[in-house]
Amino acid sequence: MQLLIHCKRVVFMGDDTWVSLFPKKFHRSLPFPSFNVKDLHTVDNGILQNIYPTMEGDDWDVLIAHFLGVDHCGHRFGPDHPAMAEKLSQMDGVIRSVIKRLKNDTLLVVMGDHGMTDTGDHGGESQKETDAALFLYSSSPLFPAPGSQVEPEVVPQTDLVPTLALLLGVPIPYSSVGQVLLPLFPQNGSRGVPTGLSQAEALWINVKQVSRFLETYSNMAKDIPPDSLSQLRADFSNISSQYLAAVHKGHLPSPELVVSMQNYLTAVRETCRASWARFNPFKMAAGLLILGVACMLCYVLSELSHVVIQQGLLKLPILSGLVVGLVVAAGQLFLQGYLELSWCVGAAALSSEVLFLLRTRGVSPKERWSPSGLLTLALLVLFLRCASLLSDSYVIYEGNVVTFLLFTLSVYVPLRLNWDGLLVPLPPPDTQKPPRLLPTVLPSSVVRRQATILLVWLGVLVGSLYLSLSFHNCREEQGTCQSSPFLSPLSRVKNNQLRNLHYVISVGSLALSGYLLYRWLRHYGNLNCISVTVFSACFLIPLACVCMGLHWAVSATPEDTFRNLSELIGLAQVFLPRATFCLLGFGLLLLWVDPMTVFLKLRTPLNSRGTSLPPPKYRASTGISPQAELHHLIPQLYQRIRHSLEDGATESGETDSRPAVEAYGLGTVYSAPLVLLCGLLGLVLLLLHPEGMALAFLLLLLEAGAMLHIHACSANLSSLHKHSNGFSVPWAPVVSWSLAAAQFFHATGHLPTFPSIQWGAAFVGFPQGHTGTALPASLVTLNTFSSHIIFAVGCPLLLFWPLVCEVRGTRPTCSAGVEESEDAVMEMRLRENPQKFSSGLLELAARYLFVNGAQVFASVCAAAILRRHLMVWKVFAPKLMFEASGFIVGSVFVILGVAMVMRVDISVGGLFKKLLPQNSR
Amino acid sequence: MWDVEIRGMASAHAIVASSIFMATVMPAVFVENFSVYGTHMVWLHCVAGSVAVVNIAVFWLLGISPPTKKNTLSYKLNRLFRSCLYFLLSCLFFHTVVVLYGAPLLESALETFSLAVLLSTLTTLRCLCILGPNVQAWIRVFSRDGAMSVWDTSLQITTGCSVIGAWLGALPIPLDWDRPWQIWPISCTLGATTGFLTGLLAAPVWIHWHRKQLTYKLK
Repeated sequence: MQLLIHCKRVVFMGDDTWVSLFPKKFHRSLPFPSFNVKDLHTVDNGILQNIYPTMEGDDWDVLIAHFLGVDHCGHRFGPDHPAMAEKLSQMDGVIRSVIKRLKNDTLLVVMGDHGMTDTGDHGGESQKETDAALFLYSSSPLFPAPGSQVEPEVVPQTDLVPTLALLLGVPIPYSSVGQVLLPLFPQNGSRGVPTGLSQAEALWINVKQVSRFLETYSNMAKDIPPDSLSQLRADFSNISSQYLAAVHKGHLPSPELVVSMQNYLTAVRETCRASWARFNPFKMAAGLLILGVACMLCYVLSELSHVVIQQGLLKLPILSGLVVGLVVAAGQLFLQGYLELSWCVGAAALSSEVLFLLRTRGVSPKERWSPSGLLTLALLVLFLRCASLLSDSYVIYEGNVVTFLLFTLSVYVPLRLNWDGLLVPLPPPDTQKPPRLLPTVLPSSVVRRQATILLVWLGVLVGSLYLSLSFHNCREEQGTCQSSPFLSPLSRVKNNQLRNLHYVISVGSLALSGYLLYRWLRHYGNLNCISVTVFSACFLIPLACVCMGLHWAVSATPEDTFRNLSELIGLAQVFLPRATFCLLGFGLLLLWVDPMTVFLKLRTPLNSRGTSLPPPKYRASTGISPQAELHHLIPQLYQRIRHSLEDGATESGETDSRPAVEAYGLGTVYSAPLVLLCGLLGLVLLLLHPEGMALAFLLLLLEAGAMLHIHACSANLSSLHKHSNGFSVPWAPVVSWSLAAAQFFHATGHLPTFPSIQWGAAFVGFPQGHTGTALPASLVTLNTFSSHIIFAVGCPLLLFWPLVCEVRGTRPTCSAGVEESEDAVMEMRLRENPQKFSSGLLELAARYLFVNGAQVFASVCAAAILRRHLMVWKVFAPKLMFEASGFIVGSVFVILGVAMVMRVDISVGGLFKKLLPQNSR
Repeated sequence: MWDVEIRGMASAHAIVASSIFMATVMPAVFVENFSVYGTHMVWLHCVAGSVAVVNIAVFWLLGISPPTKKNTLSYKLNRLFRSCLYFLLSCLFFHTVVVLYGAPLLESALETFSLAVLLSTLTTLRCLCILGPNVQAWIRVFSRDGAMSVWDTSLQITTGCSVIGAWLGALPIPLDWDRPWQIWPISCTLGATTGFLTGLLAAPVWIHWHRKQLTYKLK
């Protein structure tokens, strides 16, 4: 603008972003399309064609040429790639030839606007990203000989504006707080140089401009502390009197004055910087309060889930929240005239939370509020985890800390079981013991088997935890740490053999993950029916895997190997990932439409006697409503159905007198769609990661399975210890599930820092770039929070798994109406008791949210308490942002997982309704 | 009967604790520049050695070890051999666990193994002394009502305290305080030793406190 006002002609060529930022400001402009990161040459070649003629011409005062190749090359290949060397030497040549053509009154400024990380990305705040080169050249001797003055090693970016402005002879822009770069001005005011300003003169102009800005700014905004403001004013008047006196006397200002002017400018910049980073303690406290109460609410909800389900306490708090929010909004409009949305939402949330807590106090049974229940190891580990977020060292080593805690928690499981005497089969019962202590004892073979399974899965868990440590990325602060070699995309691996090895490993682990999923579903008989879901499991997933493998192969090929196939490769790079996305999305859609994976075989009874069934004995009264009848019937129905669970052959003797219904996969009717959902989501998320992460995802799958099995085994082993009250999931598995999410956030190469965001995810399937911002943003979000997503969706599995892996005849079936049976009931137990099922689900979700929310609360506390800490912008603030966004994404996907379960529940209900009329009449 | 046993145990524990104290103080006479941090390995091996020797001596003199069925020499040798084997295995086991907890795999493997030896001395060796080379008995002891004598209870307490102490000792390692005791494995060994001492102190007190509730089955 300053240049435009003073009639300087600015010619621009290069990145077209400039033109959209400054429309119609340039005297002449030659924009080139810049968005495609993979295109290294268009912009640069365009500039090169035009720069030399323009330089020769005479119609410009400022010529801006923005080369983009190096930046794109960094994004594409990273700093240590032959392509980068090629690009850099091209740029060297450009600078050489520009210097050759430079006229005597021209200053060449070569500068980068940012650096790059080791992966070639930028946008964060690390040293490598914020440091850029600055090169100044003038063919006339503008600067004194080297050595005669001190050249600063690093200059702040703000200093460029006043320097260039004064050199061009235009006033310094009003709001600049920069300091002129003294080496560019002659020490004594020799009039030979084009600008004709001496160092002292330039500084004086600079000081006056900054002081004027400071005065105006401090009049408008009152956020500069008054004592430092008055100090700065005194400095300024001191400087100005000295300078004017010196000028009056006609001799040069003393070097001390120059130094004091520089100090003044630095002081102003520091004051501004300190006062512009300000906090609103009141708002912070309010936010902390809301968050804390919300966490408490989750806790209370998890403890009282059965009460909440029964009584429905939600309406009034929600209503009051709405009312209070509206009242606050109206009050603000009335008093202030404008609306601050955050206060309204905050007030609404707080009021509804408090009201809910007050209401639950009334209904809560008193004995549940014993504090000793809180002193379990799981909550202790959670507390340690939260406390660790308050220390910068622990945040820096978060990946290892989380692994340590998770390991502790999982090793604790068998130790605790052994302490309770449940891990090993009991010695033969001695007669002295009162029999009431152990009402039912598991047969020792079962105990031994379960204990072995538990230990084997513990081994798997520990192994995958240890291996997953090798996928970590490194923070800037971590010194000697080496990033995992699996993190860089295959196209950046230079060694051919190594690349092939990585590719084989990736494809192998992808195939293994798919196979394990398939195997599990097959084992529980979920693949027998002919429905769309099974179709997606059997065909879509393998097809998607094949597409993914091909996509990796294509994107890993070096650019130069198949020149004649380049068009085909380009096409494949677009269509293979898109096809995979479509396949997986289609699979998700099918899963939602028809989540049933039950195969029912209605057989015509073997003999005619079967048709005339005796009236079922459970139809005690026919006069009750159909709904109640249904409730009564369902347990009886699956009692019959489960006889044929899992085993393909049914003995004819058994089916003789029973309605012949065989149901395959009814035992895992809830968990199978959920597992499938996790699998599909996992594949989508894997596609967004670098290829090497396939192994990490395999480990994730193994670890999740191991945790589920450990939980199931320990639940089975302790099932006789404490009587199963509903389907409550204890804290330990929930905490470890949440810790595993945090752990795999790190083990998939992510870190809670901005430099480590994997921007490459935005270009999977869109190598040409995007037009909008919504799609790339969501792709990067999915990539960043993939482990949160998978673990959040899979959260309800914690409820189902003990039922899936139930030991036959473990649970003392004391509930009325169901006679003792030694058969597997598995998840049909949930249908037995819909109320307990939903309260268990609510409790699980609330516990998971509480565990995650407590971590968010801790990191909010850390950022609030340590807001003046040295590391706040490097460690705590990014950690807070990542934790909060991870929590939001995780909560959304927890709700999705629960919604999936409810969807399945509805269709199971439908299935039974359909079956009943056929069988019970 | 209770008082006698508790008093005997307290004095045995006092002897073991004083052996740790001596192992910390005595080497200063023989080794130049001896300090717990500076020459940590020397200290560690001294503590492990003295605890091992004193433990074996005390338990042998007190005759706590389970009665042997056969009294032949070959049987005794067999037991001795098995004890040594178990001790070695437990060292390897602790080493593996410590590595899995995040200790470096290759570098400073000697330090890690020394920590494993110390932990084995503080835990496994006492198990061997009290219960003999009998894994079933070990598993039984570490359950809620598996203790069959005051010695078993004291074993539970000291073992738990040592392991928890080592675990707690790992917590300050990532902090950037640059203290000499943060170097691997000093904090863990110190934690384990402190935990062991606490256990030695706590066991008689705890048993004395709970002597009404404790009922031991006869063997």
